[in-house]
Amino acid sequence: MSVKYSNEHEWIRVEGDVGTVGISQYAQEQLGDVVFVDVPQAGRKIAKGESVAVVESVKAASDIYTPAAGEVTEGNAALADAPGDINADPMGKGWIFKVRLSNPADLDGLMDQAAYDAFVKSLG
Amino acid sequence: MSEPTVGPLKRTPLHALHQELGARLVPFAGYEMPVQYPTGILAEHAQTRTSAGLFDVSHMGQIRLTGKAGQSAARALETLVPGDIAGLQPGQQRYTQFTNEAGGILDDLMVTSTGDHLLVVVNAACKDDDLAHIRKHLSASCEIEPMFARGLLALQGPLAAQALARLVPSVATMKFMTGAFVTIDGAQCYVTRSGYTGGDGYEISTPADRADPIARLLLAQPEVKPIGLGARDSLRLEAGLCLYGHDIDITTTPIEAVLLWSIGKERRVQGGFPGASVIRKQIAEGAARKRVGLLPEGKAIAREGAEIAVGGRIVGKVTSGGFAPTLGRAVAMGYVEKVQSANGTKVELVVRGKPVPAEIVPMPFVKHAYYRG
Repeated sequence: MSVKYSNEHEWIRVEGDVGTVGISQYAQEQLGDVVFVDVPQAGRKIAKGESVAVVESVKAASDIYTPAAGEVTEGNAALADAPGDINADPMGKGWIFKVRLSNPADLDGLMDQAAYDAFVKSLG
Repeated sequence: MSEPTVGPLKRTPLHALHQELGARLVPFAGYEMPVQYPTGILAEHAQTRTSAGLFDVSHMGQIRLTGKAGQSAARALETLVPGDIAGLQPGQQRYTQFTNEAGGILDDLMVTSTGDHLLVVVNAACKDDDLAHIRKHLSASCEIEPMFARGLLALQGPLAAQALARLVPSVATMKFMTGAFVTIDGAQCYVTRSGYTGGDGYEISTPADRADPIARLLLAQPEVKPIGLGARDSLRLEAGLCLYGHDIDITTTPIEAVLLWSIGKERRVQGGFPGASVIRKQIAEGAARKRVGLLPEGKAIAREGAEIAVGGRIVGKVTSGGFAPTLGRAVAMGYVEKVQSANGTKVELVVRGKPVPAEIVPMPFVKHAYYRG
C-alpha cells in the first residue's frame, strides 16, 4: 500500500500487517541536522499517538508519535551511527521503527500524499 | 533558539542579505534572525572551525560612553562592573559583567577603550535594560550614546585573519582582545580581535548603511561563508562560554559562574561595584555552587533544564547542553554543589526521566585558539 502521513509529520508505509514509520521531508527540513535518534526496542507495545522515539537535532529534541498502535518489531539500529540518514533519506534509510499493527483502522484518519502535500503547503 | 516576542520583529541591516542567502529566519531577542542557512548547522559549525564564518550580530547593543569634562568614563563604568576598566590601555578590550547588589549578573559585556571613549557591546535581549541602567547611574559622569542601529559582524575561524587582512592588512597583527579603527570598503569601522566561538576572529562594528556591502565583500572572500545563530550556539558551548539568560543570570554570581578571571585583581580587594560584599565573600570562602563542564556517556543529549544527580540525589541542573560537532558527541554545562564539583566526579544527568552517566570535566571542551601574537 502507499504511504500515509500524520499531522505530526510522521509517515507510515504498511506491508502486510507491519508498518514502517519515519518523519517526512518537511519534518527533517524543519529539524535541521539530526545528531541522535532514540529508537524504541522490539517488543514494546505502543498506543496510537504515543511518543515512542526521539529525534535530536543540533537545536532541539523532538518527540516522534506513532501514527498507529501495535507492537514494535524493530528499531532502526543503523541510525545510532548514521543519524544523518534522517536528513539525507527520510523516507528510505532514515526510517525509525517498524510496528505490527493491532488496529489497522488507525490508518483511516491519516492523510494520503496529496492531502499531506496540501497540508504542508498550508503551513507556508 | 527562538523565544516569544511582543510586537513586530526588528530587523538588522543584513535582513535582505539573509533572505537572499536562503536563511531560515526565527524570532530571537525581538529580532528576526538567521538560525541557519541552507547548508545547515553542522556544515556551518565545521566551516567556522576549519575556515571562516560570518555572523550577523547586529542585534547586540553597542553603546559609546565618553567621560564628561573632568570625569573618567572608565572609573564611572567600574561602579557598575567588577572588571578592571580603568586599567584598559587605548585599544584594549575586556570581558566583564553588570552586577546587582546581590552579586547576580544583569548582563555580560565587552568593553573596549579607544583612548578617548569606551565602546560597550551588550546582549540583544538585555540592551534596553542595560541602557536604562547605564543612564540611571552614569548620566552625571558620561555622555551615553546608544548606537543600536550600527552593524556588528563577527568574522570567526582560523582563516578569518587571512580573509580580513586581504581587505585591511593591518588587522593581521592585532592581538586577541584589542581593537582599532580601520577603513573597510571606504567606511570607517571599529574592529576588535575577539568573538564568541573560542576561535580566532574579529568583530567589526560598521555604520548602519555600510553593514550590507561590507558583509557582501567579506562573503566574497573564498574563505568565508555565512553562519547562523544555531552554529553560534554550538560553537560557544564547545568553547565553554556562558550564554546570558541560560548559564548566567541574576541568580548566579560571577564566582559561581567561574568568571573570577574576569574580575580585576585590585577590584577584588577594593570592591566598589554592585554586590561587591557578596562577591568578595565568595572569593574568600568559595561559593556554594559552581558552573562545571559535563561529559555524558553514550549519545544521549542532556539539554538545558536536565537535573544533575549524584547517587540519586539532585545536586544541580544543566544550563546549556547539546551536540558538540567538533567532538562528535554531546557536552553540557551546569551548576552543581561545590562539594560535588571536582573534575572526575561521576554524576547522572536525567534525560527524559532516565539517568545518563556523566563526568564533571574541565572546560573548554574544544581548546581555545585565540591569537596572542
